[in-house]
Amino acid sequence: MSAVLEVADLAVRFRTTRGTVNAVDGLSFAIGEGETVALVGESGSGKSTAALALLRLIADPPGRIAAGRILFEGRDILALREEELREVRGGRIAMIFQDPMMALNPVYTIERQIGEVLALHAGMGREARAKEVVELLRLVGVPAPAERAKQYPHNLSGGMRQRVMIAMALACKPKLLIADEPTTALDVTVQAQVLDLIQSLKDRFGMAVLLITHDLGVVAETAHRVIVMYAGRKVEEGTTAQIFKDPRHPYTQGLLEAAKWEEVEGAMLREIPGAVPSPFDMPKGCAFSPRCGAALPRCRESVPPLVEVAPGRPVACFVAQERAS
Amino acid sequence: MSGGRGGVVLEAVDLVKHFPVKHGLFQPARHVHALDGVSFALKRGETLAIVGESGCGKSTLAKCLMRLTEPTGGRVVLLGDDITHLGQGALRGLRRHMQIVFQDPYASLNPRWSIGSIVGDPIRLHEKVPAAERRRRVAELLETVGLDPGFADRHPHELSGGQRQRVAIARALAVNPSVIICDEPVSALDVSIQAQVINLLKRLQAKLGIAYLFISHNLALVEHISDRIAVMYLGQVVELADTRSMRRELLHPYSKALFSAAPVADPDASARRTRIILAGDVPSPVDPPGGCRFRTRCPWKQARCADESPALRAVGDRLVRCHFAGEPGFPAPLS
Ligand SMILES: Nc1ncnc2c1ncn2[C@@H]1O[C@H](COP(=O)(O)OP(=O)(O)OP(=O)(O)O)[C@@H](O)[C@H]1O
Ligand SMILES: Nc1ncnc2c1ncn2[C@@H]1O[C@H](COP(=O)(O)OP(=O)(O)OP(=O)(O)O)[C@@H](O)[C@H]1O
Ligand code: SF4
Ligand code: SF4
Ligand SMILES: [Mg+2]
Ligand SMILES: [Mg+2]
Repeated sequence: MSAVLEVADLAVRFRTTRGTVNAVDGLSFAIGEGETVALVGESGSGKSTAALALLRLIADPPGRIAAGRILFEGRDILALREEELREVRGGRIAMIFQDPMMALNPVYTIERQIGEVLALHAGMGREARAKEVVELLRLVGVPAPAERAKQYPHNLSGGMRQRVMIAMALACKPKLLIADEPTTALDVTVQAQVLDLIQSLKDRFGMAVLLITHDLGVVAETAHRVIVMYAGRKVEEGTTAQIFKDPRHPYTQGLLEAAKWEEVEGAMLREIPGAVPSPFDMPKGCAFSPRCGAALPRCRESVPPLVEVAPGRPVACFVAQERAS
Repeated sequence: MSGGRGGVVLEAVDLVKHFPVKHGLFQPARHVHALDGVSFALKRGETLAIVGESGCGKSTLAKCLMRLTEPTGGRVVLLGDDITHLGQGALRGLRRHMQIVFQDPYASLNPRWSIGSIVGDPIRLHEKVPAAERRRRVAELLETVGLDPGFADRHPHELSGGQRQRVAIARALAVNPSVIICDEPVSALDVSIQAQVINLLKRLQAKLGIAYLFISHNLALVEHISDRIAVMYLGQVVELADTRSMRRELLHPYSKALFSAAPVADPDASARRTRIILAGDVPSPVDPPGGCRFRTRCPWKQARCADESPALRAVGDRLVRCHFAGEPGFPAPLS
């Protein structure tokens, strides 16, 4: 499989009044043609920041891509000029934002917003655009699409707004779709429909997907590989089956345990004890060590590097590495 | 505050909300039927979940109850007092009894305020406490939702989606309300923090008797947290029952389809499951279909469903809006 996207050693920092936040640190991964890679992990672990950095959408200041290389179809994204970048955004690479207001302008009708993407990247004429907008809304399951096209974002329910963003992202049949929490506001039936639509674009055009989601059910159903992040770093990677059946990093193990709601009827849900460390006050050594049941003294001394514990299975945990060797 | 009848803290009576849809100047006005006669009573210390597909009116219901949007008809009764027509001044005082966590954490926090001011605002409005005390409580609330107290000095744009949502939850908890309306409160959070927040909500409920109206698309979570579940379709409640009996069986065809589609966090199970895929488009809420509103997609529909709209009626221990619910073997398994 040839890689559509290759990210190496990406680092993003934010400067704040209290100090620097290393939101993303040394992140590397690749996505092949037609492949779906899921990015999962703690809230605040840097998933959205990484996704925004791929399109150079980090506001500078306060943010900065401090290091790394991003290759998309062999082109170096960080070296592109602004106008080249604009052409890539929304065209070859599309993004579904976690924050609806990154994508939707409150004073334009839905028709106009999706129409603009079509005009810009597909060079469609006015009438063709109007028809295509309605067709796209229908494909993402918006009822009465012709009427909805004439409305404004605030006239829509949360889930409809999200579907409008999905329609907008898919409008130009991108080569790479970055989807940041694309289904949080969708009910399960619409979600299934949207996931099927994404699947059909993958089958037909070899679209690759970087999927960010907290919904492990969606991950299990759609992703080929999973990358787990914690406090700005990748701590584990594997195929979806490997991650679900044989998680090696204690954070991943805790996350999967916490997801087993069905089994804890009535009682309290399983949590990972403790809280995520403050970005200004990172523990020495492994960032997970204050919450880790398996921690050894050395975990509090040095940061565990990512080491392959099996082919294609990098894990950043001393204990997991020892067990494997 | 007098408190309500029989431990009821919040009551919706026949709530209706229609939004006008603009068309040509001389065309007759048409309306989105976002809510059409929704009634329920929420008891002290109870969790009532509202589920149903996107656009069925859940957020509109939440906003009507909070009087953030004016209902077209019906009544809202909070702690025994009819608040449907209360002026904004009097409402503000009542807000300490009823708080809301909004669906979209990006739109619900004032971008110019620090996190500390946002969380401390209800305390400032409703309680006369010195600033130092308020700061202490804010720090405590932030820790309760798993955020470092240092977040108090930061601003919403510096926070991730899940961090913002936790700020919204901390704000809702600030003044120990009787009712919290939670509109998708945890879908922006990872499962471990979801568990943390849900456990927290349950602990507070046990301790303080807070009642929750809990809107969520996550059916596994809904089954876990709620005492009762109301299923909505196109602005109406179609089934309302105890969570335990809902787990046992579902009587309304729409509930059956809805619950059959939930994804499972297990790659093997998801390959095995059978879903009831609903044929046909979701009808437009502008002038919804006559007869049963679900009939355009219902695999069990019959001639009568087009002519007669079913009432919400008692079948055993639950309420169902379907002509045939309660008949033996209905709805029969689909082949
Ligand atoms: N503009 C900013 N200024 C300062 N810090 C920021 C800024 N944007 C993000 N951060 C911080 O960077 C970290 C990563 O945030 P990010 O939004 O990438 O998290 P996430 O993994 O997407 O979380 P979630 O699952 O909650 O959406 C967080 O600690 C956040 O507070
Ligand atoms: N301000 C408004 N103007 C016009 N129509 C509106 C307005 N607000 C909501 N609606 C319509 O009312 C209906 C119900 O919307 P609501 O937001 O209550 O749905 P919901 O059940 O919360 O959906 P979701 O699960 O997607 O959040 C939708 O058809 C929506 O488009
Ligand atoms: S390196 Fe140590 S502290 Fe970190 S996850 Fe592994 S065992 Fe736990
Ligand atoms: S009344 Fe008819 S159409 Fe409506 S849910 Fe029952 S069987 Fe289906
Ligand atoms: Mg995010
Ligand atoms: Mg809603």
